[in-house]
Amino acid sequence: MNRFFAALTLATILLAFPAGANEAESQLRTPQGGWPQSGIFGTYDRGALQRGFLVYKQVCAACHSMNLLSFRNLASIGYNEDEVKAIASEYTVTDGPNDEGAMFERPAMPSDRFHAPFPNEKAARAANNGAYPPDLSLIVKARLNGEDYLYSILTGYTAAPEDMKMMPGMNYNDTYPGHQIAMPSPLSGDDLVSYSDGTKATKEQMAKDVTQFLAWAAEPHMEDRKRMGARAIIFLLVMAGIFYAAKRSLWRDLH
Amino acid sequence: MAGNTTPTDFGNPVINWIDKRLPVFTMMQKEYGVFPTPRNFNYLWNFGAIAMVMLMVMIASGLVLAMHYTADTKLSFNVVERIMRDVDYGWLVRYIHMNGASMFFIAVYVHIFRGLYYGSYKQPRELLWILGVLILLLMMATAFMGYVLPWGQMSFWGATVITNLFSAIPLIGDTIVTWLWGGFSVDNPTLTRFFALHFLLPFVILGVVFLHIAALHVSGSNNPLGIEPKSDKDTVPFSPYYTVKDLFGVCVFLIIYAAFVFYAPNYMGHPDNYTPANPMVTPPHIVPEWYFLPFYAILRSFTIDIVIPFTDIIIISSKLGGVLLMFGSIAMMFILPWLDTSPVRSARFRPLYQKFFWLHLAVCITLGFMGAKPPEGIYTVISQICTFLYFAHYLIVLPLLNKYEKPLPLPPSIHEAILAQKK
Amino acid sequence: MGNPHSHGAQCSHDAPQKHGQEECPDNGHDESKRDFIFISAASMAAVGTGVVAWPFVATLGPAKDTLALSTTEIDLSPIQEGQAVTVMWRGKPVFIRRRTAQDIELARKVDGDATAFNSLRDKQKDTDRVKQSTFGGKEMPQWLVMVGVCTHLGCVPMGQKPTDMRGDFDGWFCPCHGSHYDSAGRIRKGPAPHNLAVPTYTFLSENRIRIG
Repeated sequence: MNRFFAALTLATILLAFPAGANEAESQLRTPQGGWPQSGIFGTYDRGALQRGFLVYKQVCAACHSMNLLSFRNLASIGYNEDEVKAIASEYTVTDGPNDEGAMFERPAMPSDRFHAPFPNEKAARAANNGAYPPDLSLIVKARLNGEDYLYSILTGYTAAPEDMKMMPGMNYNDTYPGHQIAMPSPLSGDDLVSYSDGTKATKEQMAKDVTQFLAWAAEPHMEDRKRMGARAIIFLLVMAGIFYAAKRSLWRDLH
Repeated sequence: MAGNTTPTDFGNPVINWIDKRLPVFTMMQKEYGVFPTPRNFNYLWNFGAIAMVMLMVMIASGLVLAMHYTADTKLSFNVVERIMRDVDYGWLVRYIHMNGASMFFIAVYVHIFRGLYYGSYKQPRELLWILGVLILLLMMATAFMGYVLPWGQMSFWGATVITNLFSAIPLIGDTIVTWLWGGFSVDNPTLTRFFALHFLLPFVILGVVFLHIAALHVSGSNNPLGIEPKSDKDTVPFSPYYTVKDLFGVCVFLIIYAAFVFYAPNYMGHPDNYTPANPMVTPPHIVPEWYFLPFYAILRSFTIDIVIPFTDIIIISSKLGGVLLMFGSIAMMFILPWLDTSPVRSARFRPLYQKFFWLHLAVCITLGFMGAKPPEGIYTVISQICTFLYFAHYLIVLPLLNKYEKPLPLPPSIHEAILAQKK
Repeated sequence: MGNPHSHGAQCSHDAPQKHGQEECPDNGHDESKRDFIFISAASMAAVGTGVVAWPFVATLGPAKDTLALSTTEIDLSPIQEGQAVTVMWRGKPVFIRRRTAQDIELARKVDGDATAFNSLRDKQKDTDRVKQSTFGGKEMPQWLVMVGVCTHLGCVPMGQKPTDMRGDFDGWFCPCHGSHYDSAGRIRKGPAPHNLAVPTYTFLSENRIRIG
């Protein structure tokens, strides 16, 4: 009985506390079919990641930086070395000082960080009506239920209810806390990008793809982690079994 | 310890040679080999060993992380992310450390409540218990400062809120807070000193753990019956009986730990800490890590200013009151051996105490839930009731039980109790 | 109770050696099974500890961003004949010297002279040391590129600046423990065991080089 209570208490602490700490936000939407990366065996869908990168590059990157990512990281979403070099060389970076002491521009290399749209926060605010477009490197981990939240924000632009007074320059979003968001609908229509793999670039598809790309960007080692976890837990289960057998055989003769 | 030991023959001449000159092997043999241990431990007695393993895991993973870390407000956030992204297995070591803190607290809280249930704090184990409470306090300080190091939003605001507790001290409070910060807000000097202390304190903990174990080996372990072993029949040698049993317990605990590290590494964390610290914007819900929540709820439950009647002079502001209550809740644990003076240790033979124990545990867990809720409406009321019940347990219930509780008859010896149970 | 394992009537795993079969009548077979369990438990624990230790050790190697930054490009056009520059590559100095015809001749004389060549501590031809100095099939032996770290104990040898001592062989001289390198960067005298190391490099044009 005591053991039962102890186990029950431990289980309560383990499960209930953090759940209590992270109260679920208002209804978030999950795309049809869910997220391929969720669950114990979930992995990233390379095709979706590449499509999502295209959406980021052609839509989000106009305002949002991704300072923690380098072009070389793209190798792990399925681009080969030459493709990574080609993507990097589309951008120029300021390097230097050179031997004359001057800064100079050169094409980006795979080791360079993603190109930031604004030189600093002040410039970003000045260009965006006073709002600061947050860095997207960790956005999925920095929001509760990050994937669903992002997908819901991206697909949550609707007309404001008639009784709602919108502040100037703000947009109505059914997911954003307070429903008034400075970011205008980034995926305002279908076919903002053209996918090379023939996938139809609907609003929902683009939102789903870019969310998966950002999920990967926030947690690039997720697949390694799950793979290693399975091995670690199987090993520990076997080890626990053997130690239990050792303990049993040792204690059995004790009267 | 070494003076009265007779040299043991270990069979190996090298070991014998060393042992004759420095009797470490004899000591290990005495304290961990043949050490007579009550034979009736249940699995709750595994958590001491589990906590020890967790301390080792935290020191090892922390050492590796410290080798990659830079304490600088401009760099720390990105340096931690560099560990997560670019350092080989850096993500693994960081998640081990992050979740390890929670698992360490789980192990220690189970260990503490086991002690409460079986009366392990009672004479002659008062100092052993007090050293344990000291370890808990040191762990809290270490965990709090460690949480500041990634310099995310929760790091920054957690540090701001907790250091501001000291401003509640009358007259000198603000001076103390400025001194703690090394400036006029939580900033670079605060971060660097927290890093230094976060590195130092685990070794202080290790030292106190050593004393904790030394004290344990003077009085011997308590056991589920709460009666002292009377003969050899009541005990078994620590090794191999409890080394093997502890290792089994450690394995099971590690499975749960691994499940968090590999499949839900951020479950016990807070998403806001993946946003870099911004001194200009406070996140809407500041919530400490789960292991501080009960204390946080107690802190916030004190909502009124106590004034001298018919004047406006405040004796205890709600701010100071909350801080006093929070420290008082830990002080209760320090003086517990003198609050509960019932000669019977184990709750098994104390029918009333047993009920109040479960109530106390429920109160602590409820306080934990309340600590995560916004401090308004019904949550404040529940927190206040639970805070009252928390203190009532120590200051009212335990002294009354000493007087009025009729304990059940104790078994004559551990050995006989086991035989009776088997029949 | 001298024997710590003989508590009560227990039959611990080493009991039979002490008590024979009377107290533990049915454990002859059990005994080997128990030993097997104990040995496998201990080996699991040992393997587990080793496996856990590995990632901790592995974190200390160069991280991916460090590896990604391991190339450096240098414009060689300002370097006159006889001059040298020192550039940083992977946190270490790299010597680039535009050798005079006399420097090359001095080094190649050793290549051609069997006795002199065999007396070298680290036998290497000058032609081999500059074999990466080509662009479009054109050999450019005037460019000598080396990691400027003495192979003895890691000091930076002198000889880059015109005013530096160049040692007895008109190359480089390490003042820490007196190692003399010749105009091909080969160790000729002193305690250093090897020639100055030649990094991997490629000429991107006739006067642009990438190291790494």
